Amino acid sequence: MLQLLLAGVAQGCVYALVALGFVLIYKATETVNFAQGDLMMLGGFFALTASVMLGWPYWATILFAVAAMAAVGMLIERVVLRPVLGQPAFTVVMITIGVGYVLRGVVTMIPGWGTDTYTFPTPFADGTFKFGEVIFAEQQVAVIVMTAALVAVLYVFFRYSKLGVAMQATSQNQLAAAYMGIPVRRVNMMIWGLSAGVAAFAGILLAPATFVHSNMGFIGLKAFPAAVVGGFGSVPGAIVGGLIIGLVEAFAGRYMPEGFKDIAAYVVVLAVLMIKPSGIFGETARKKV
Amino acid sequence: MSFFQVKDLGIRFGGVVAVDRVSFEVKRGECYTIIGPNGAGKTTIFNLIGLLYPATSGKIFFQDKELTGLSPHQVADLGIARTFQNIELFEHATVLQNLLIGRHRHRRTALWQELLFTPAVRRAELAQREAVEKVIDFLDLAKYRDSLVAGLPYGVRKVVELGRALATEPRLLLLDEPSSGLNPEETDDMAFWIEDIKRQLGVTVLMVEHDMNLVSRVSDRVLALNMGTVIAEGTPAEVQANPAVIEAYLGKAA
Repeated sequence: MLQLLLAGVAQGCVYALVALGFVLIYKATETVNFAQGDLMMLGGFFALTASVMLGWPYWATILFAVAAMAAVGMLIERVVLRPVLGQPAFTVVMITIGVGYVLRGVVTMIPGWGTDTYTFPTPFADGTFKFGEVIFAEQQVAVIVMTAALVAVLYVFFRYSKLGVAMQATSQNQLAAAYMGIPVRRVNMMIWGLSAGVAAFAGILLAPATFVHSNMGFIGLKAFPAAVVGGFGSVPGAIVGGLIIGLVEAFAGRYMPEGFKDIAAYVVVLAVLMIKPSGIFGETARKKV
Repeated sequence: MSFFQVKDLGIRFGGVVAVDRVSFEVKRGECYTIIGPNGAGKTTIFNLIGLLYPATSGKIFFQDKELTGLSPHQVADLGIARTFQNIELFEHATVLQNLLIGRHRHRRTALWQELLFTPAVRRAELAQREAVEKVIDFLDLAKYRDSLVAGLPYGVRKVVELGRALATEPRLLLLDEPSSGLNPEETDDMAFWIEDIKRQLGVTVLMVEHDMNLVSRVSDRVLALNMGTVIAEGTPAEVQANPAVIEAYLGKAA
């Protein structure tokens, strides 16, 4: 029982981080970035390159992958999305789907990456330790601790930093933000960078469990329900939603018939949306027309 | 050397000339009001000053610095603040948070300091909070300090928006119809505040307004617009008595 709980939370953490990426961009720009999973995949490959091919230590790998992905995220905003600023949300959504395809394609073309599946070494390896009745896999504990640390840093960032507050302001009212002296476009670019950086972090945490391959981004399909359950547009909601989906999957895999695990996330989404259409942490206020 | 100057400002949207070669000058410390019937181009002038869209022709100078070519957030950095006719607040934040965002351009601490919450950051935050509390006292907003903006009545939100503009410590304050949607009592309060902003805080006010009562009370000079062009300029009494202005509002006698 506790064993399942632990596995579910660890898996949920990864969902939570990808969902967080969705939410950050949605809040700021009111578009859904369907390339979020693929950004995570690319982050995984960056980490793989640094770690396996260049032999860097684990921590340097994380820093490198997050920084590189932040740059990629900003570049995508600047080059692909800013020119369509002001176009209907549908246009932007289609573009992000396209960006996802392109990223998947590009990865398979790069020598040394390709369509193969790679294992990703971590210092936590496969060790386990026993605490009472429960066996803790070091791997899972590491995922949970690192997610918690990242969330704490993000919390402080949004609460206290000038840039973090500016991001919140921009996501609530871009016009007013500009008149407060906030460079709205640059802040939007930073949000894409932040979101892609978080995705890279998620990719690194996920890599040991699922290996690194060009289709690992499809986990975005699981993180999306997590964001919806939490109430799209709520940062704490994304975390809680991710954990819920992770736990539900873990328990469904154990107690439900074969195959149910993969649809459990969507069943939860339907249930939550029936009871609370705006999601658990969703804002009840309707957008004024 | 003028404080604020608009020279031959014009913009056309397709075939419509919304603002046509409008020029005026605002002196330091005065309250200058733009009046005119609906569609005269008053708010468009404000949007041009805020660089929301580029002017087709003309130039804008603030303290002899040309605004044309800057981006909107740089206008705020120069010390020009604005309120909106239909209120643009951060709806899902408290009154206090809204005013604190007004302090954005005065925050100077670095990201790493903020993440570690160093003593320098703590001091800076306290200073920002003090500046905001002064505005709260000035506009009598204390009882709404921690209320969410989305839940406040319209009249109060109007005052909050004024407060947020003041929190930026502007040199020039642009007010777009400060009395629209307010009841007579609230309009009266607004008139007092505009006078105090001018006298006590020494902020120059450029205003767009319909309520002639309010205009006469607080304005030093008035500019009347119709169909995008200037039809009169002078003291409130002079402009109100101007035949062209009367005609623009009431139509020509048959």
